[in-house]
Amino acid sequence: MKIVVCIKQVPETTEVKINPETNTLVREGVQSIINPFDMYAIEEALRLKERFGGETTAISMGPPQAAEALRQALSLGIDNAILVCDRAFAGSDTWATSFTLASAIKKSGFDIIICGKQASDGDTAQVGPGISAHLDIPQVTYVRKIESIINGQIKVERLMEEGFDIIESSLPVLITVVKEINEPRLASLKNMMRAKKAVITQWTYKDLELNEADIGLNGSPTKVVKIFTPPPKEKGKLLEGTTEEIVRNLVNSLKGDICG
Amino acid sequence: MISVILDKCVGCSLCIKVCPFGAIKLVDSPRACVDAFGRGEAVGKKAVIDLDKCNLCGACLESCKFGAIRLDKKESIIKKIKLEDYKGVWVFAEQKKGKVQSVAFELLAKAKDLAKDLNTEVSAVLLGDNVENQAAELFQRGADNVYLVEDAKLASFCDEAYTKIIVKLIEKYKPEIFLSGATTIGRSLMARIAVIVNAGLTADCTGLDVDKEKRLLLQTRPAFGGNIMATIICPNHRPQMATVRHKVMKEAGIDKNRKGKIIREKLNDDALFSRTNVLQFVEEISSTVNIAEADIIVSGGRGMKAKENFILLEELARVLGGAVGASRSAVDSGWLGYSHQVGQTGKTVCPKIYFACGISGQIQHLVGMQSSKIIIAINSDPYAPIFNVATYGIVGDLFEIIPKLTEEFKKARQ
Repeated sequence: MKIVVCIKQVPETTEVKINPETNTLVREGVQSIINPFDMYAIEEALRLKERFGGETTAISMGPPQAAEALRQALSLGIDNAILVCDRAFAGSDTWATSFTLASAIKKSGFDIIICGKQASDGDTAQVGPGISAHLDIPQVTYVRKIESIINGQIKVERLMEEGFDIIESSLPVLITVVKEINEPRLASLKNMMRAKKAVITQWTYKDLELNEADIGLNGSPTKVVKIFTPPPKEKGKLLEGTTEEIVRNLVNSLKGDICG
Repeated sequence: MISVILDKCVGCSLCIKVCPFGAIKLVDSPRACVDAFGRGEAVGKKAVIDLDKCNLCGACLESCKFGAIRLDKKESIIKKIKLEDYKGVWVFAEQKKGKVQSVAFELLAKAKDLAKDLNTEVSAVLLGDNVENQAAELFQRGADNVYLVEDAKLASFCDEAYTKIIVKLIEKYKPEIFLSGATTIGRSLMARIAVIVNAGLTADCTGLDVDKEKRLLLQTRPAFGGNIMATIICPNHRPQMATVRHKVMKEAGIDKNRKGKIIREKLNDDALFSRTNVLQFVEEISSTVNIAEADIIVSGGRGMKAKENFILLEELARVLGGAVGASRSAVDSGWLGYSHQVGQTGKTVCPKIYFACGISGQIQHLVGMQSSKIIIAINSDPYAPIFNVATYGIVGDLFEIIPKLTEEFKKARQ
């Protein structure tokens, strides 16, 4: 079974700061990490291989430094790593990103594709379903458990707002996973050594036989026209006094919102 | 690719201020260095874009008053569509167990405004089994038409069949705008549809407006955990698709006399065929606990100290008709299930009132709740970061304060 995991390198959000003078993101010295949700995707790929056999491949689209994220995936036990990297991919929205990743996944071969439910920097949750649409395969999003894979049929639990669905799908399939699905492992020394030396395959848009007009900024239907900092929240009020005073004060302030 | 036209750049640094990626710097005119005639005198500062940091968002283009920044775009080979063929604002009427969800009514309110500006109609798209009875309320809340597709196979949401059917509807009736709630269903469905109909899709919008002249939907959404807002358009593709956060917009009111037209679509078995099947739905969360839906959320963190203490929050939530939430550390300690978790790896919530009790306010928690309308923070540490986003802050012992709050609210509600 060919198991593909899509991962994204993102800034570690705890360190995203705004420069108050320029109102821009401070990116200098910000650590890059694997998108936290993709860690569960990697872990689930490893577990699927342990349960059902097969080969695991991590694919990432991003700048050259995203190779570091792939190396980390290798150190966790992933077998192969592919970096989809080209200046021509810059400016991709979710349509163009899922198109490009789908092309790479097609080239690598696949039976099951696993993505994190969303990336922590963009928060769109659109690339996973986008990939499955481009590949014309079924999708199951927000998976919290893979129950079984028997005779080319996979049975999973999909987290919904009020509970979960038990869903059956034919393979090949794309699933996106939530945190609840597993507890990611730590890298082993052996795999860390292997990852250090591993050669990471790099594919450009030419390797994927894509047309420059269909990728990156050119292939993206959406366009950002304005970026701004949200209006600052009104400064909060610290309630002081005895507990009784504070409580009465707060209840009075909220009365309209709660009883209205 | 993006470039600065040096002859036009006056070094005013306007672009530097708007670049969210810090990719632009002013340097002594590079022209001075490369001049073939060896005229090396500095002719002032010019903007230079670091392409490794730039993600081609185009914010600098808008800001430059001198037309000195150029962003070249190649025309896609994907077939061009006639924009004027696309008319009307559509709303996906998400239903569960045969009942249209409230997020659809919020979308209808917005859709009415947009349709008025564009001088067009509002339509709802309703898929399900025996759901025709839901159409009346959709009309009362602002829909002019309801596209109705009924089949036993559509009773509960199924990615593939729903996608195929809505794609067929879009191709046949050509809406110019199509909105859905940013729910589990909406986010899965819209992303799949957008790829197939070759449309742009913006996730999780908190603001929608329209450029009347160009008939463009201006879609505003938070990025980088709400630290930055981006306005996004989709100039050359239709429909313009967006998912909208629950609870951000107000529900449309009911006009009992309002009627509309049901457009019933018959579809063949092929459209209903799906490679995925929902075998069973297992309800897990009691209605008081669905934090995504709640108007009031009472959340607890590490400061709650033990699982038993959450009863304090449950009582307060019950009095207020709200739900109980938790920070990641409370969930990781096993005090509450994952479905209660608010924050980056849990749910993003936007209630009217959010109580943060014993939650320090790590950025991962803040991104999941900071768009709540009123935030009340109760914490013993006056320096806890939660106070930076709080509307009302209380420094003190939550075990003393919360029971008294519950009492007072009980009295106030009587």
